Amino acid sequence: MYAVNFLLLGAVMFGLGVFGVLARRNAVAVLMSIELILNAVNVNLIAFALMNNSAEGHVFALYVIAVAAAEVGVGLAMVLMIYRNRRSIALDELSTMRG
Amino acid sequence: MTAATLTTGWFLENAWLIPIIPAIGFVLIIALGKRLPAKGSEIGIASIGASLVLAIGATYQWIDRVSSAGGGEYAGPISGVFGFARSIFPSASEAGTETYVEPVIKSWTWWQSGGLEFGFGQHIDGLAIMLLLLVTFISLLVQIFSTEYVSGDRRYTHFFAALTLFSAGMLVMVLAENMIQLILGWEIMGLCSFMLIGHWWEEQANSRAALKAFFTVRVGDVGLLVGTAIIFFGANQWAVDNGSNGFSIQAISGWALSGEASDSVLLWGGVALFIAAIGKSGQFPLHTWLPDAMAGPTPVSSLLHSSTMVVAGVFLVARLYPVFFIGFDIGSTNINLIAVIGGITVIAAAALAFVQSDIKKVLAYSTVSQLGYMMLGLGVGAWLPAVFHIFTHAFFKCCLFLAAGSISHSGSHHSFDMKKDMGGLWRKMPITAGTWMISTAALCGIPFFSGFFSKDEIIDNAHNNGYNLFYYVGLIGAAMTAAYMTRATYLTFFGTPRGAAAGEHHDDAHDDAHGAAHAAGHDTHDDHGHDTNDAHGHDAHGHDAHGHDDHGAHGPHESPWRITAPLVILAVLAIGSGYLNAPAVGTHYFTDWVEPVGAAVVTDEYSSDGYGGDDHSESAALGFAAPMAEEGYSEGCGYTTPEAGTICYAPKLNHAKFTWGKAAPSILLVAFGILASAWMCMGVFGGRRNPFAGLTSKFAPARWGHTFLVNKYYLDHLYERVIVRAVAHPIAAAAYWVNQNILDGVVNGVGRSGRRTGEWVYRNVDQRVVDGAVNASGLVASESGHAAQSIQSGRVNQYGALLFGAATVGAIVLILVNI
Repeated sequence: MYAVNFLLLGAVMFGLGVFGVLARRNAVAVLMSIELILNAVNVNLIAFALMNNSAEGHVFALYVIAVAAAEVGVGLAMVLMIYRNRRSIALDELSTMRG
Repeated sequence: MTAATLTTGWFLENAWLIPIIPAIGFVLIIALGKRLPAKGSEIGIASIGASLVLAIGATYQWIDRVSSAGGGEYAGPISGVFGFARSIFPSASEAGTETYVEPVIKSWTWWQSGGLEFGFGQHIDGLAIMLLLLVTFISLLVQIFSTEYVSGDRRYTHFFAALTLFSAGMLVMVLAENMIQLILGWEIMGLCSFMLIGHWWEEQANSRAALKAFFTVRVGDVGLLVGTAIIFFGANQWAVDNGSNGFSIQAISGWALSGEASDSVLLWGGVALFIAAIGKSGQFPLHTWLPDAMAGPTPVSSLLHSSTMVVAGVFLVARLYPVFFIGFDIGSTNINLIAVIGGITVIAAAALAFVQSDIKKVLAYSTVSQLGYMMLGLGVGAWLPAVFHIFTHAFFKCCLFLAAGSISHSGSHHSFDMKKDMGGLWRKMPITAGTWMISTAALCGIPFFSGFFSKDEIIDNAHNNGYNLFYYVGLIGAAMTAAYMTRATYLTFFGTPRGAAAGEHHDDAHDDAHGAAHAAGHDTHDDHGHDTNDAHGHDAHGHDAHGHDDHGAHGPHESPWRITAPLVILAVLAIGSGYLNAPAVGTHYFTDWVEPVGAAVVTDEYSSDGYGGDDHSESAALGFAAPMAEEGYSEGCGYTTPEAGTICYAPKLNHAKFTWGKAAPSILLVAFGILASAWMCMGVFGGRRNPFAGLTSKFAPARWGHTFLVNKYYLDHLYERVIVRAVAHPIAAAAYWVNQNILDGVVNGVGRSGRRTGEWVYRNVDQRVVDGAVNASGLVASESGHAAQSIQSGRVNQYGALLFGAATVGAIVLILVNI
C-alpha cells in the first residue's frame, strides 16, 4: 500500500470539487463540491499522518470535519433564505453584489 | 530534649475571626443602625460580645497549648475555665516554660505588587491573646456603659459605629501577622480616635483637639512607615531564605536575633519605629495630644485614650522586641532611648497631673505617666512586667475613667471640674466612690492591688538589670502617682460639696470660682474641656427625654446599673488581675502564658506559611534554669548568635526575684506620697490653717513652678507658636511668592505660547498637511476602486475561479521556490 494511492485519490477528489464549484449553477451542488474539496484535504492529511506515523493528522482531520459541518450548516441556511426570497437557487442570477 | 506536640484548637486556628466580626458589625451599624430599635448599639454590643467569646476560647486553648509544650503532663484540656485547676499544681507549669511555644500563624495573600506578597493573617502568641481578651472585654464594658452615657445623643448610631470599628482596628493590629497588617490596624485606630474625640464637633475646641490628636500621631506615624521600610530591606533576604518575607513579624524577630542583622539597620529601624510608639502612646515630646483628647466623650477616653489604643505604641515595641533588644542593646546596662523617653515621661506627666483641675485631665496625665512606666520597663529589659502593666493598667484606668464619667453623668451635672463642681460625693455615690478608691489604690501601687504587682515589678527589674537611674525614676514616679491621685480623690469625694455637687446649677458660673492662686494661665488650659462637656450635657445627652429632669432638684445621686455594673466588674479586676502574676503570693501564670521563651528553635520544619497546629514543631529546649530566679544571662538568645540550624524568636530575659525587702522602698514612698498629699490637700483645699495654704501666691519659686506646669512645660507653645510658625509661615510665604510669580508666570506663559502654537498648527499642519493627506488618500482609494471594479462581478462562480486561480499560482510559486 503506497501513500501515493491516497494522494492520487485526494487529487482526483480535489479536481472534481474545484470543477463543481466553478461550473455548477446550483448552490447546493456548489456546497457539495466544497465538501468534496475538504474531504480531499482530509484524505491527504490522513495519508501523511500514516506516512509519518503521527496522530496529529488524524486530529486535524477530525477538526476539519467539525468545521465542515458548521460550514455546511451556515451555507444551507443561506441557500434556504435565498430560495425563500427569490424562489431560485441559481448562482448566476445572484449578482446584486456587483461593484 | 523532649519533642513536645503542641496542642491547638478551633479557637486558636480561627482567631482571625475576632476582628472580622466587629468589622462586619461596623458595616451593619452604618447601614441599618438608625432603623433598629436600639439605634445600632445592639449590633455593636453583640459583635463585641461574640468576639469576646472567641477570645475567651482562644485564651483557653492557648493556655492548653503552653502547658502541652511542657512535655505532655497535661494531655487533655485543662478542666475549668482559665485553668484554675492548675493553681493546685503550680510546679507543673514550670516545666512548660523552657521551650519556645510556637505561635499559631496563618497567612493569606492579600495583594501582590512587584513580586512582593502582602499577607493578611494571624500571629497568635501570648501577647496577642492577652490583648485580644483585654480589648474585647473592655470594649464590651465600655459599650454597655455608653448605652446609658450617650443615650439620646444625636449621633448615637455613629458613636457606636466608630467604637465598633475602633475595636476591629485594634484587634487587627493585635493579631497582625505582618507589618502591613499592623499598619492597617494602627491607622484604623488613628481614624477612629479622630472621629470619637471630635464626636461633638460643633464645639470648636473638640474639633481642634481631634485634629491635634490626629496630626500629632501622624508625626509619629511617619516613623512607623520609615521603620517598616528599613526593617523590611534589612530583613527580607534572611526572611526569604527562611521561607517568609521581610514583613512577617516572626521573620523579623528571627532575623534580629540571628546575628546576621546589621546593627545600624536595627538601630535606625528601631529608632523610627519607636518614634511611632512615642506618637501613639503619648510619650514625652509628643504626649500633648492625649490630655486634649479628653474633649471626647468619657467612654471614648476610657476605651481609647487610657486602656487600649494608647498602648498600641507599647505593643509595637513589645511585639518587635528583638529588634529593639538588639538595636538598642537592652541586654547591657547602657542607657538607651526607650528607657530615657519612658523615664522622662513618667516624671514629666506625673508633675503635670498635680496642677489639673479637670478630673479627666488628671487621669489623662496619669495615663501618660503609666505609659511611661511601660516604656521604661521595655527599655530596661523588663518585657513581662511591662506587658503585665498593660493588662492591669487597662482595668483600673478604664474603671477610673468610667467613674469620672459616672460622676459627671449623675453627680456634677456634666462638669469635670474637681474644684468647682465636686467634693464630698462619696456619700451620694457610694458605688462610684468605692470603685474609684479601689482603682486608685491599684494605680498607686498599694500592696495587694493589681498595680503593685505590675508596676513594682518594673521598678524591681530595672534595679535587677542594672539600670539604677531608672530604678530611682520609677520610685519617684510611684510616689508622685500616689500623691496626685490622693489629691484628685480628695477633691472629688471628700471635703465640702461645691457647685453642682452641692446641688447648684452653674450654667453661668464659669469665671468666678477659680481660686486666686490659679488665676494665671488657668483659664486657657482647662476651661474648654469644661465648657464642652457642660454645654453638651444639656442638649446632647437629652436628659429631659429619659426622666432625669429632676436632676437639679435632687442634686448628685448614684448612676443607673448600666454605668455601675461595668464599674464594679472593672474594680473587681483592678484587684484580681494582679494575682495572675503576683510573686508575693507565688503565682506566675502570666509569665508562663504570655512571655515567649528565649530558647532557640530547630529550623528543620520551619516554614512560615501553612504550618498550623497539626504541625509537630520540634523545639529544642536548651537547658537553663526556669525563670523566677535572680538571673544574669550573657549567652543564649539575644546575647550570642544562635547555633546553625536554630532560630531564636525571643531574647532571654531576666526576671527579678521578688522579696518584700526590695518592695519596701516603693511601698514606703507610696505611703509617704499619699499621706503628704492628703495633708497638703486638707490644708490647701480644706480651708484649715496650714503652712501650705496660699503657697503659690506667697512664695515666688513655687509660683513660677506652678505656672510652668500649668502651661504644660510650654510644649504646646513650642509646637504651635514656634515650630509650626517657624516652619509653616516661611513655607507659606515662600509658597505664596512662588505661586504668584513663578507658577502663575509659567502658567500664563504656557497658556499664551500654547495659543500661538495652536494657531500656527491650525494654519499649517491641520489645513495643509493633515487635510491634504486625507483628501489625497481618498482620491487614491476612489481611483483604484474604479480600476478594480470590473472584477467585482457579483457572481459566485467567478469569485471561486479567481480564488482557485490565485491558489494555483501560489502553489506553483511555492513549488518553483522549493526547487
